Amino acid sequence: MKATEETPTGENNYLTKHTLRSWLLTTDHKRIGVLYLLTILVFFVIGAFAAALVRLDLVTPRGDLLSSEMYNRMFTLHGVIMVWFFLIPSIPAVMGNFVLPLMVGARDVAFPRLNLLSWYLFITGGVVALYAILEGGVDTGWTFYTPYSTTYANPQVVTMVAGVFIAGFSSILTGLNLIITTHKLRAPGLTWFRLPLFVWTLYATSLILVLATPVLAMVLFLIAMERFWGIGIFDPAQGGDPVLFQHLFWFYSPPAVYIMILPGMGVVSEVITCFARKKLFGYPFVAGASVAIAVFGFLVWGHHMFVSGQSIYSGFMFSILSYLVAIPSAIKVFNWTATLYKGSISFDTPMLYALGFLGLFTAGGLTGLVLAATAVDVHVTDTYFIVAHFHYIMVGGMVLAFMSGLHFWWPKITGRMYPELMGRLAAVVAFIGFNLTFFPQFVMGYLGMPRRYHTYPDEFQFYHILSTAGASILGVGYLLPLVYLLWSLKRGARAPANPWHASGLEWTVPSPPPTHNFERIPDGSGKVYDYPSPAAPPPID
Amino acid sequence: MDDERIGPTKNVRETERLHSHFVTREQQEDAATLGMWVFLATEVLFFGAIFMGYTYVRWSYPGVVEEASRHLEIVLGSINTGVLLTSSFIMAAGVLLAEQGRHRAAALALAVTALMGVVFLVIKGTEYSMVIGEGYLPGFTAQLEPVSRPGGGYYGALSEGGGPVPGHEELFFWLYFVMTGLHALHVAIGVILLAGLAWLLRKPQGISLNTVRNTGLYWHFVDLVWVFLFPLLYLAGHRL
Amino acid sequence: MKFPLLPDQASLGAGEVDHLMLWLMGVTVFFLLVTAGPILFFCFRYRRGNPTNRRIRDSGGFKLELTWTLIPLLVSLFLFGASAAIYFRQRHPPEDAMEIHVIGKQWMWKVQHPQGKREINELHLPVGVPVKLLMTSQDVIHSFFIPAFRIKQDVLPGWLTTQWFVPTRTGDFHLFCAEYCGTDHSRMIGRVRVMSRPDYEQWLVTGHQEEGPVLVGARRFRELGCSGCHAGPLGNSVVRAPDLNGLYGSVVPLEGGKMVVADDRYLRDSIMLPNSEIVHGYAPVMPSYQGRLSEEDLLAVIAYLKSLGKEPRQEGAR
Repeated sequence: MKATEETPTGENNYLTKHTLRSWLLTTDHKRIGVLYLLTILVFFVIGAFAAALVRLDLVTPRGDLLSSEMYNRMFTLHGVIMVWFFLIPSIPAVMGNFVLPLMVGARDVAFPRLNLLSWYLFITGGVVALYAILEGGVDTGWTFYTPYSTTYANPQVVTMVAGVFIAGFSSILTGLNLIITTHKLRAPGLTWFRLPLFVWTLYATSLILVLATPVLAMVLFLIAMERFWGIGIFDPAQGGDPVLFQHLFWFYSPPAVYIMILPGMGVVSEVITCFARKKLFGYPFVAGASVAIAVFGFLVWGHHMFVSGQSIYSGFMFSILSYLVAIPSAIKVFNWTATLYKGSISFDTPMLYALGFLGLFTAGGLTGLVLAATAVDVHVTDTYFIVAHFHYIMVGGMVLAFMSGLHFWWPKITGRMYPELMGRLAAVVAFIGFNLTFFPQFVMGYLGMPRRYHTYPDEFQFYHILSTAGASILGVGYLLPLVYLLWSLKRGARAPANPWHASGLEWTVPSPPPTHNFERIPDGSGKVYDYPSPAAPPPID
Repeated sequence: MDDERIGPTKNVRETERLHSHFVTREQQEDAATLGMWVFLATEVLFFGAIFMGYTYVRWSYPGVVEEASRHLEIVLGSINTGVLLTSSFIMAAGVLLAEQGRHRAAALALAVTALMGVVFLVIKGTEYSMVIGEGYLPGFTAQLEPVSRPGGGYYGALSEGGGPVPGHEELFFWLYFVMTGLHALHVAIGVILLAGLAWLLRKPQGISLNTVRNTGLYWHFVDLVWVFLFPLLYLAGHRL
Repeated sequence: MKFPLLPDQASLGAGEVDHLMLWLMGVTVFFLLVTAGPILFFCFRYRRGNPTNRRIRDSGGFKLELTWTLIPLLVSLFLFGASAAIYFRQRHPPEDAMEIHVIGKQWMWKVQHPQGKREINELHLPVGVPVKLLMTSQDVIHSFFIPAFRIKQDVLPGWLTTQWFVPTRTGDFHLFCAEYCGTDHSRMIGRVRVMSRPDYEQWLVTGHQEEGPVLVGARRFRELGCSGCHAGPLGNSVVRAPDLNGLYGSVVPLEGGKMVVADDRYLRDSIMLPNSEIVHGYAPVMPSYQGRLSEEDLLAVIAYLKSLGKEPRQEGAR
């Protein structure tokens, strides 16, 4: 990334200086975004490697590739790395950092030094977590259920938990920065309802980051305490209560799911409006739905615990709340669909990913209705049905949204265009591979295949083979962008300031942007998503 | 947030150096203050998790909290409540003095606040040693003394190994140590901050008014947490 | 290679759950079509460069928003109601259900039938008889899952959990542990064999015979000195302690004014944590039996307590 040339105009941009020191001590939000991008890509590769081993191992019912210990460590590694070191920081810390100040017309985030600190905390946490793997590995699953994690699992749990704990503080700092930046650093005239949806969703995400992550920190702290001193808060033999852990952990986790998906919704809102050349349909409803999701997300934790022994009345309450939290998501999907109506739609790579997101997120969300139905959940919880459901949201939703945003802002970040044809190809390959991987898991789950099983009865093999085949295709879909995006750094065409003719302040500055973003703080009083009426002749490309 | 300043301010620096990404000093100050509020919100949730644990324990094991709560040193707890509330008052006075530009008086007020924080910590430490001495440190349960109640031995039940049998009271003492321990940590951090600020405020222009205000916010928050901890932990077992 | 599409339906509730699932699938497919259909159509019709009418009449945006908020809301509420009704039935075992004890430990299931017969990683059941499982764990959290019956319940250390079902078909079915419990989690599996009633009776009396839990419980009750205080049929009480006859299922007034139903959980907690719920009018003098009773014995004592005050139904195997 460091190898950059000057822009044609010869003026300095944020990439011009390339000493190592200038990168490692930078307080520039754009550089920190790029640092985050590189870091999470490393973690993504590690997490994907673990997933690949798991899927390969599951080709045979006896699990011939790995031992049970190794299998358990691999799915734990996959979960921990993907959730805390890829999904949660992916869009907020990479694109939020890079794009949000540009979008609101600011020169930087509110607290640039805290921002750099957040990146250092993140890699420290990551290194500690990886050290736990080298040290011997952790096999608790990413949920760290007690009393298994506190009494029975190997002691590396503490190292792993410490890594996640540290990374949690980096999330809090990112969230804090984004909230204050949105509140206090908006350009004059840029009122709340003139903000792009991406800013709204990042704002909602940051609220959750700031409010939910401390709860996780406390839970992890308790695990470490129990591990070190065996004090027994989760240990029934000492009068403790293992289910207390689940209440605390899941209080954090459903909001965490929305940390992962909300920014994706923001990206999709930007991309769909740009490539349909229309104002977002029902802007206030979509913005309001984002905040509603953030609030309701805190009230549904019990839907993970329908079979854990909580009373049926808690079950009813969490069931109905889970149904209610689905409504704002439905509102968003319908509004995106309506945005396409009478647009002038082109199918560039970001748009293909965004359309893929729409389909897969809808499917994932609707299967959530199945899980919220207590009676059916009893049967399908802890089976592959759950696995498929959350991968539809996390991978089908979030990862596709991430890819969409990455392609959308790639010219802005690097000053280069990626090869369009390759981009479209990769998007289609990833979509096909994804569905082949995870759709069979729905069927398998309803048949009763439990999750986290190293070996399994023969009748499930057919579906496992399908799933692994799909995963290989999905892997190709991920490798392609890695190759052509790297290629584009050197060989890609120079990007103009606004290659997509998109609206928004980030497109008014050159690509890549100058170090201080704006020479003069821009006027923010223009309309949001101010695309010329599609009824007019389309712009010439 | 509030812009009205009382009296002359020449002896306390009114604003921070302006960083290049802010347009005005007001904007920068507002950002710092809002940042402190958001930080405090994360703190609320950090404690919130353990309060949720408390609620869960109290709901699931009725009577346990009330019973175990009677073993705490309520007198020391009450004194500490007084100490902390008074310190908050002095802190508020310190901020007011700083706003009026009386930097030496403000420095003194902050120093006194820090000192009261130290007093709080000393009392807390004494209390810990007493509670631990009575054998209530979870995980190291030495001997649970029976409560004097008609019917006698409450905790005294012996298991086959001869040691005391832990009941769900364990959970209460767990909560007690984690909650008050984390709170004490926050008090300690506050003491260091206040002492540092008091030191800087000796000189005119030593530190910006906004920093004093934000530290004040933090200290009031720490105080407020205690206002919740005290009744939940110490008073739960007492009826008027 | 097999590729089944639906799991076996072998319990009374299974059909109900599948029925609901079918509804849910219907709703899913409907909404998927409602969104994917227009998306695909718009993408085709309004693709860039396609000359078509793009003039937008000012349509009622708010009405539209209201429609697609209210319809999913109503559908959701309907689905919630439908599933809650079934869930309620799933959680309420009939009074006369046969009670089988299940203990989970890393990595096996230990089962004991009311007549005393024990088995490991197998569960033999008579067809058509309501069965209630009383379950606990010796170490970590497990989950007792029989896909063909559409039931699952976590099995927790220090807790008693229950679930019930009526097998409707003879045959062999899978038994899984569904909550991750460590290295050999995937080998904590077993077989549920549903047999005709005569076959089951026959199976009960073959092989190694043991005392039923009620008898074992009665003996432990004496040995531990419980009968010294609790005026039961075997007790001549000196210390005043609550009468345990007919306790199970009754409503107990507690110190402090609360009332609780004396269910399995109450019995367990009263033995292990006697001071958490003190019966009104009694002193908290009972010692805890934590560490003195194995999980098997605990279940046996509970079974005995439940038998008190009922007509002497089963005296177990002689």
